[in-house]
Amino acid sequence: MIGAHLPALQVVVPLLAAPLMVLVRRGGFAWLLATAVSWVSLAIAITLALRVYESGTISYPIGNWPPPWGIEYRVDAVNAYVLVLIGLVASIVAPYARLSVAAEVPRDQHYLLYTMYSLCLAGLLGMAITGDAFNLFVFLEIASLSTYVLIALGRNRRALLAAYQYLVLGTIGATFYVVGVGLLYLTTGTLNLADMVVRLREVQEIRPVLAALAFVTVGMGLKLALFPLHFWLPNAYAFAPSAIAALLAATATKVAIYVLLRFYFTIFGPSLVFERLPMAEILIALSVAAVVIASLVAVFQRDLKRMFAYSSVAQIGYITLGMGLVNEPGLTGAVAHLFNHGLTKGALFLLLGGVALRLGGTNIDRVAGLARRMPLTSFGIVLAGLSLIGTPGSAGFISKWYLVVGAVERGNWWLAILIVASSLIAVAYVWRFVEMAYLRAPQAGAAERIEAPAAMLLPAWIMVAGCIYFGLDTSFSAGGARAAAEALLGGLR
Amino acid sequence: MRPESALLAALAIPVLGSLGIAACRRHPDLRETVTMASAVALFLSVLSLVGPVLDGARPEVSLFQVLPGIGFAFRVEPLGMLFSLVASGLWIVNSLYSIGYMRGNREQHQTRFYVCFALALACTMGVAFSANLLTLFIAYEGLTLITYPLVTHHGDDEARRGGRTYLALLLGTSILLLLPAIATTWTAAGTLDFTDGGILGGRLSDAATGALLALYMFGIGKAALMPVHRWLPAAMVAPTPVSALLHAVAVVKAGVFAVVKVMVYVFGVEQIADLKSVDWLPFVSGFTLIAASIVALRSDNLKRRLAYSTVSQLSYVIFAAALLTPLSVIGAALHIAAHALGKITLFFAAGAIYTAAHKTQVSQLDGIGRRMPWTMGAFVVGAVSMIGLPPTAGFASKWFILSGAMAAGQWVSVAVIAASTLLNAGYFLPIVYRAFFRAAAGEGHGEAPASMVVALTLTAAATIGMFFYADVPLGLARAVVGG
Repeated sequence: MIGAHLPALQVVVPLLAAPLMVLVRRGGFAWLLATAVSWVSLAIAITLALRVYESGTISYPIGNWPPPWGIEYRVDAVNAYVLVLIGLVASIVAPYARLSVAAEVPRDQHYLLYTMYSLCLAGLLGMAITGDAFNLFVFLEIASLSTYVLIALGRNRRALLAAYQYLVLGTIGATFYVVGVGLLYLTTGTLNLADMVVRLREVQEIRPVLAALAFVTVGMGLKLALFPLHFWLPNAYAFAPSAIAALLAATATKVAIYVLLRFYFTIFGPSLVFERLPMAEILIALSVAAVVIASLVAVFQRDLKRMFAYSSVAQIGYITLGMGLVNEPGLTGAVAHLFNHGLTKGALFLLLGGVALRLGGTNIDRVAGLARRMPLTSFGIVLAGLSLIGTPGSAGFISKWYLVVGAVERGNWWLAILIVASSLIAVAYVWRFVEMAYLRAPQAGAAERIEAPAAMLLPAWIMVAGCIYFGLDTSFSAGGARAAAEALLGGLR
Repeated sequence: MRPESALLAALAIPVLGSLGIAACRRHPDLRETVTMASAVALFLSVLSLVGPVLDGARPEVSLFQVLPGIGFAFRVEPLGMLFSLVASGLWIVNSLYSIGYMRGNREQHQTRFYVCFALALACTMGVAFSANLLTLFIAYEGLTLITYPLVTHHGDDEARRGGRTYLALLLGTSILLLLPAIATTWTAAGTLDFTDGGILGGRLSDAATGALLALYMFGIGKAALMPVHRWLPAAMVAPTPVSALLHAVAVVKAGVFAVVKVMVYVFGVEQIADLKSVDWLPFVSGFTLIAASIVALRSDNLKRRLAYSTVSQLSYVIFAAALLTPLSVIGAALHIAAHALGKITLFFAAGAIYTAAHKTQVSQLDGIGRRMPWTMGAFVVGAVSMIGLPPTAGFASKWFILSGAMAAGQWVSVAVIAASTLLNAGYFLPIVYRAFFRAAAGEGHGEAPASMVVALTLTAAATIGMFFYADVPLGLARAVVGG
């Protein structure tokens, strides 16, 4: 019965694909395998999600060692949702990558890139699926190390510096996380997350637990680019190969947010995190700062990739803001925004990859008159940009709606106003592109049509279509998020 | 055709039309045929709904579940019927006019123009038929965005500046004020469906109701209540057919339509009639009414004068609805139609003058009536309707608004209406005087292209026609207040 082993296969398939690629050492083969692996991962993730929505949480003991002694993979409404997001994004980015990578990375490194791609995928999926705190750390390291390599493969020499920056900060983050887990192990004597929940309730001496909370918060805060721990992100996204930027923007930070959600709501429990400690206030304050400051910084970027990278810091702020609201609409908004923003930012970075391919860069001055030269790419950026702003009818609106309702329900009027007001800053930076691409003439002697190749345009437009589709039919995106929010808030009741 | 199918057709036809227009981009004549065919088909399907709606049917369709309990849903009620009828009918005439204007002035990017125009109509139908606030909001924002390329059509610095003001004010108000208003309504009422008698019924305190009303009134920036009216003069950088159909009919009427709809179906006229906290609205709209007229009086640019006249006339609708009497609400509904007919005629005339004589300022219009008798004749009809004199459509709506004010014993309101009538006369009659009674200067020219002249004659005739044959609009307007 292979069906019973799907939770293990979710991680094992991409993990085993990686050494196979190194053995064969062929770029084309590696790409094919990476694409196949991504699609298989998506299929597994969807199957698992359907199973969870139908019959509840799935527990899978690795090697038949029963939890809490062995490692347990545990899929519930929360991480099923995250798994689908990772699988979906990887499945769209992988086919796109071939042409983009061929243009940006030396031929002899292609197979290495896809190896790292598969490892990164395995790491991210593993972080999401595992029910074991230390196993989570292992996957975190797998995902992080492969990400450092992926970023360093960018053709600009500054990619090396960006990768190094992220390496240092990412390592600090991982270390903080593992220290936090160590403290938890010290007090509870278990690494199994579900078991830890039970034992934490009996802990009398609370101080090490609080210290663990602080370590996990800072550690994951670094990985998810929580303001002001976001300094690695803009360079990493701007200098990584385009396909990798799309993958990271849509998934890497999102998984870190999932881990934080898991620790706050399931393990430490909302009563400890939000009632005994002012974590809600801290999260809200940092999120507001992220949303406002990072958005403003985005307005003044000259490079579109950096601009959208700063916008990511701001959008992550919306997600953590929803966490800080600690009510069902807020949390639904946060989880839905994981998905909606993943799609939106993925689409943007894929389209920018096409721009980089054709124009040799994504500086704002280069895209003058782009609408005439790359009409489909330009229009795609506009549509995804509208989703970023949160225009009704787009995916971005759905999450903003829940966040606003969550703020209103909590009686935080100024917060509701802030959420909507900051969308206007997004209008400002998206419209810089619109005016440049649509209302300026192309530079002299550059009038010919140079639309991106179909093999890149199609995946990008699938994501753009998703940005619109999930703004109208939200039965999965918001429905799944709601189920996740209910599961997370289960501890409150 | 079943009413439900007609409703879906009305939403789909402009979208399909835009695809057809894009497909025919290499064959201009075919492309314009597609525009005309879509306009006629749209009008016919809207028209087929009138009978059932007057008989009390309320056809509805629901397409998606956007949020739990809130669908992307459409429902035809009398006010939306009236609005969609006016907008779709005028699209036919406006398309005729556009063809003459765009070709006569050798405009660029004509395919983009017609595609966006058709999509703007789709959004307008979406606004008119929306069954709940969320659907209205989606279509409303869609209308802002799809008209942006039309406003910035010329692509020069002036267009870019105009576009920025347009977008900043319309998106700014709707995101900053309208969205929180809708979210608050949802939190308070647990539904966003437009319902007879309102959905808020006492769920909010008086003060909160007043504040929520303010969020709606200023959040619906398309209704151009001062101080959020500045986008409308800014939008005048667009080609004149855009100003005519979109910025005198579809977009601005989507604004006041939404205002009336919110007042009638969200707050409920009877529910808030006695509230002290909503008393400010007649003053704010009355102020806009007068102040915009004064600005119009001082504008030499013809389109700018017309734009400020629109700001003023839109406030008539808000003002009438804010009087919160059945008669004045009927007047508000009628005025949506009446002003549309008159103002599109005036804009058509302005565009015809620009095409034939390349004149944009009022002070340049000496003697033009003798060179362009049809155009200026139509202009006179439009102006008379704006002032509100018989035998034009403007008289009918003003009559109801005035009766409503008198019935409520609101003499200040009566004075506001009287003053504005004088002001309207003050800024339109001098144009008529110049055109017909002053000697012309400079070289001679004739009428604009025939399709433009036909179009403006048709709308002028309709302006007079609505005075004599007011059964359908009046029937629909009465049905809004359930009479």
